[in-house]
Amino acid sequence: MPEGHLARTPGEAAELVRKLGGRAIIKIQAWVTGRKALGGVLIVNGPDEARDAAERMLSMTFGNFPVEELLVEGLVDIRDELFVSLSIDDTGRCPVLLLDTEGGSGIEDRAETVARILIDPRSGIDAEAVRHVIVKSSIDAGFHDQLVDAIVRIVDLARTVEARSLEVNPLVTTGDGKVVAADCRVTIDDYAVFRHPELGIEIARELDHPATDLERIAYDVENADHRGTFYFAKLPTDGSEASKGLIGFHGAGGGGSMMSMDAASSEGFTLANFCDTSGNPSAAKVYRAARIILAQPGIIGYFGSGSGVASQEQFHSAYGLAKAFNEVNVSVPVVVRLGGNSEERACEILTDACDKLPGVVEGYGKDDTPAACASRFATLVREAGDIAPDHHRFIPSFVGEEASASFPIDGGRVWVDIANCDDIASELVIEHGGGLFELDEQGHPRLAISEDEAAKKDSEFVACEVECLRAGRPIIFVDLEIPGLDELLLATGEVD
Amino acid sequence: MAILIDRNKKVMVQGITGREGRARTRLMLGFGTNVVGGCTPGKGGEEVEGLPVHDKVSEVVEANDGVDVSVIFVPARLIKHAAMEAIDAGVKLLVLVPDRVPLWDAMSIASHAKESGAEFIGPNTLGVISPGQGVLGMIGGRAASAKGWFNEPIPGHTVGVVSRSGGMTSSCGYYLSRAGLGLSTLCHVGGDSVIGMPIPRIAQLFQEDPETDAIVVFGEIGGSQEERLAEAVASGRITKPVVAYIGGKAAREGTRFSHAGAIIEGNRGTHAGKVEMLREAGVTVVDGFGDLPEATVSVVGVPAS
Repeated sequence: MPEGHLARTPGEAAELVRKLGGRAIIKIQAWVTGRKALGGVLIVNGPDEARDAAERMLSMTFGNFPVEELLVEGLVDIRDELFVSLSIDDTGRCPVLLLDTEGGSGIEDRAETVARILIDPRSGIDAEAVRHVIVKSSIDAGFHDQLVDAIVRIVDLARTVEARSLEVNPLVTTGDGKVVAADCRVTIDDYAVFRHPELGIEIARELDHPATDLERIAYDVENADHRGTFYFAKLPTDGSEASKGLIGFHGAGGGGSMMSMDAASSEGFTLANFCDTSGNPSAAKVYRAARIILAQPGIIGYFGSGSGVASQEQFHSAYGLAKAFNEVNVSVPVVVRLGGNSEERACEILTDACDKLPGVVEGYGKDDTPAACASRFATLVREAGDIAPDHHRFIPSFVGEEASASFPIDGGRVWVDIANCDDIASELVIEHGGGLFELDEQGHPRLAISEDEAAKKDSEFVACEVECLRAGRPIIFVDLEIPGLDELLLATGEVD
Repeated sequence: MAILIDRNKKVMVQGITGREGRARTRLMLGFGTNVVGGCTPGKGGEEVEGLPVHDKVSEVVEANDGVDVSVIFVPARLIKHAAMEAIDAGVKLLVLVPDRVPLWDAMSIASHAKESGAEFIGPNTLGVISPGQGVLGMIGGRAASAKGWFNEPIPGHTVGVVSRSGGMTSSCGYYLSRAGLGLSTLCHVGGDSVIGMPIPRIAQLFQEDPETDAIVVFGEIGGSQEERLAEAVASGRITKPVVAYIGGKAAREGTRFSHAGAIIEGNRGTHAGKVEMLREAGVTVVDGFGDLPEATVSVVGVPAS
């Protein structure tokens, strides 16, 4: 690699160029290709030129990403340029190396002549196959061993960091007899990031914008609970003023979600976010997803719809949603398509538990199409008129009281309102507690299993809470943490 | 006949003592699948749903004089080891259910499977279901639901479904059944970019299945599965009628909606490109998902009631 350092200010860039002897190349560090044509790669002669160039480059923006860093590198006396690019071939189900000995410029037009070498993911690249390409080139034979070695090591690096793509463009030979990787970009497989703490990747997800605070919160929730899929991303909302308004979207399954998003867009709404909870997610996870969706400023409705014929039991999701809507006393209209296993029960739980809320909450099944649900949603939003969504979270007064019973679970705490526990309320808890509770000597509910066993039963406790609420006796409350969410709402002035 | 799973295939479950493994074993049995046992390292000697639990795959294989399919429910980070173990024990079809399997692990499994003459569905698959025969994975959920949702084959009016979306696999099956069609097998190929048996491979199996009269495809943006299917149809390797819907028309380039495979990179895998290639090959491509049942009925017809 050439000698190089990162600069974050024009002054730093000028100083680095001075140290490198007065001539250097400056490259923007941004997630774009074709940086040279965009003015993002420049050779400078001296610190003053460097300062001017850096000033210009640091004011550039690509998509939603501002340029924040520049790479300042010493110049390399280039003899030959090679194009080396590893990617994943979905047809061959293996990595493939594209290798061209005439460099990367205009590579698209020479696609026919670029060598393609398939790589065994377990044993790496066959060095002889690489040599075979190199020896046919016009590159001086004195470089051949070095080049083969460099390319084999590039492929090994890709294996080591589990790259989804790794491009060295160009790999060069120099006047002083060296082989140098003059530029490189790597994309790491986001599913493998957990094995690579050394890479310091904070959010293993490709986004078309720097991660928002809410996305960071959601990402932490996902990582803390692997029961089912959870995915949350902010969507571009430019032009939302001209639409019927910004809505929260809660999908289930990638394919059904895309279809449902199309249905909501067709009704003239702008989607604030994409969110997917699927693959049999726990009620607690669906609850957290709903709270995060509801925390978005300015949404005038909540639309949930996925594949519509879910293999999972849908009442888990209904419990999670009902809890979230009750906690924020949801004021905007909600339409959720809950089609799939136990959809009748799921719809009944959702609508029944939410029937006293200011916002209308409706559930639908598999025979209701996404388009029909979106149309119904549009009607409800129109009827609701101008409503200011409220982000306050209502926590029952018995939470934190000395008279209340409580015990910890993973990611939160369960509270029981002992002071208001008459026989009827206690029986409710036993009936809906799924064997988690028993009655003590005073006839009050207490944990029937050890706290260790209870720790993972968050979804069962959520179900019990919602059932007691439905019966008009809200004496159970599961305080589930979403680290950072309350602080964010405070900081952004959404709550006071 | 159906493809991939029928009532005679001997099925085992890896990770049978876990939350998902246990629950899904019960549902697979309930649907009539011939589940013969399972394994979890260190849990040998236990029982799940009356089935013996072993420590190793090879022990299950030995105890049952061979196993046709292993459905794997272990966490994603352990899947490589589990899959390699099953392949080494001689199992020829694996179903890799977990999401978030590292790409290099999936490729390593693919490489080893190819060497050993094994195949796999997934990773990140909801599974495979043959109505009236059996289910692999978690498709359909409760047996009573699955039986109510999905029609059994109807001679002359039976379709096979292959989908890149798990949820939409069930949706396709449900709406096609409501339209009066019979189903041979529904297969979710998995949502990742590197998968064991992509759409063209499954379509080939449907082509060879005498019971299947037409093939229904739920495709998506990204990757090259739909393009390769188009090539197979154009070259005459697939001659049965194919009806397809391609999801993700409105998705923006570079945006990823859960499915790792459904990302458009450069000009590869675009919605328009896939639709055009499929249509040129003679595939019926519907614009709206809601049009899929009717378009399929117009190809194979429904029995007079």
